[in-house]
Amino acid sequence: MLSKDTIIVIIDYGMGNLNNVKNSFNKIGFNPIITNDFHKIEKATHLILPGVGGFKDAMKELKNKDLIQPIKDAISNHEFVSFLGICLGMQLLFESSEEFGVTEGLGILKGKVIKFNENFVPIIPHIGWNDINIKKNEIKEFKNIKNNSFFYFLHSYYCKPDDGAITAASCCYYETFAACVKKDNIFACQFHPEKSHDAGLTLLKNFVS
Amino acid sequence: MLAKRIIPCLDIKDNKVVKGINFESIKSAGDPVELAISYNDDLADELMFLDITASFEKRKTLIELVKEISKNIFIPFSVGGGISDINDIRNLLNSGADKISINTSAVLNPDLIDEAAKKFGSSTIVIALDVKNMDGKYCVFTHGGRKNTGIDAISWSKEVYNRGAGEILLTSMDMDGTKKGFDIKLTNLVAQNVKIPVIASGGASCAKDFEDVFNEGHASAALAASIFHYKETNITAIKSYLRSHGIDVRI
Repeated sequence: MLSKDTIIVIIDYGMGNLNNVKNSFNKIGFNPIITNDFHKIEKATHLILPGVGGFKDAMKELKNKDLIQPIKDAISNHEFVSFLGICLGMQLLFESSEEFGVTEGLGILKGKVIKFNENFVPIIPHIGWNDINIKKNEIKEFKNIKNNSFFYFLHSYYCKPDDGAITAASCCYYETFAACVKKDNIFACQFHPEKSHDAGLTLLKNFVS
Repeated sequence: MLAKRIIPCLDIKDNKVVKGINFESIKSAGDPVELAISYNDDLADELMFLDITASFEKRKTLIELVKEISKNIFIPFSVGGGISDINDIRNLLNSGADKISINTSAVLNPDLIDEAAKKFGSSTIVIALDVKNMDGKYCVFTHGGRKNTGIDAISWSKEVYNRGAGEILLTSMDMDGTKKGFDIKLTNLVAQNVKIPVIASGGASCAKDFEDVFNEGHASAALAASIFHYKETNITAIKSYLRSHGIDVRI
């Protein structure tokens, strides 16, 4: 059920264009706030961590802007807050990434972020529309989304959760990896729902419903 | 499976789409946003906007257009044409473009590729090559195809890949406008020499041309303009053909 108190907050930490995410929500009838103000983040019912760019820079920005604790606090509020991580925003949830050496992540989810294996993946980055294999079709985010729907991916690294059971959908691009994870109030996707046409907009709608 | 992409290209001049447009469904002919929406509805996988405006006011109007497109289009889109430095790239990305396509500036200042890839991520940087066969040698042309640099297309492809380009947009000037199909040989040569996606461009006339450039040219994506603008075919029809011929596409 939608309550009139839905407050969608997109975390602004200087990584990529956040307006595209906002525009998608506008299209489905919501008006999110883009901010790095922790007072506003605190009030969010739906908190979104997007991001395009490098893992290391992203962690540095989150740290410099004092956003790490507010994000962790919000996520720990299971009853009240739904959290969405998109692309880099998904990867940051994990413990570490091997992008440019090893960089520590937020560590909210157990596991690491690794690069596609250059020995058998001929083209990196993984750019374009790939179908996903939905493992948890019962979760709200996948309502009205058919198995094997196509979503837009753009990445060279992917998340490897320690606990395979949190993988909500997988994707096969030479290697099989986690396209989406779901744990408690966290949903995160490697693809860009804001660039994935109707399937993406449906997913965003499901997230706020 | 990763789908092969079909990318309509829109040439923009003074915020209007140029090169014949024949879309009865579009109210104001040549409106880039309306045309983009119709391609979006026709299952385009991505859009390419090439700005050919030469005026002084260019940047400001282009940025307004990019903002408008990003409010209405929920598929990725690239913007190219006259990009000269990091500031141009930053402004367009901040306005909503997903990728920036660079041609002449990359040849004049190859370090721009490294710098841009490092700052904004390889995946946002597309290097465009206009290539013509000159007595058996594939040469890179700049300045909208007017200037032969004499640079070998294959070695330049390798260089842009090594400098951090995320994709190569490869236009065959020999095939462009001929409707004789993509340049399979050139596309395959470039695709075999880099480990990033190659977008083939120039010469498309029918669905079979797309099949050939994907199967034999090893392109990851293919771009066309006039066949879509003139409604000679549509993207959904091409995709149905490709799927029935065993090529993975998003339908």
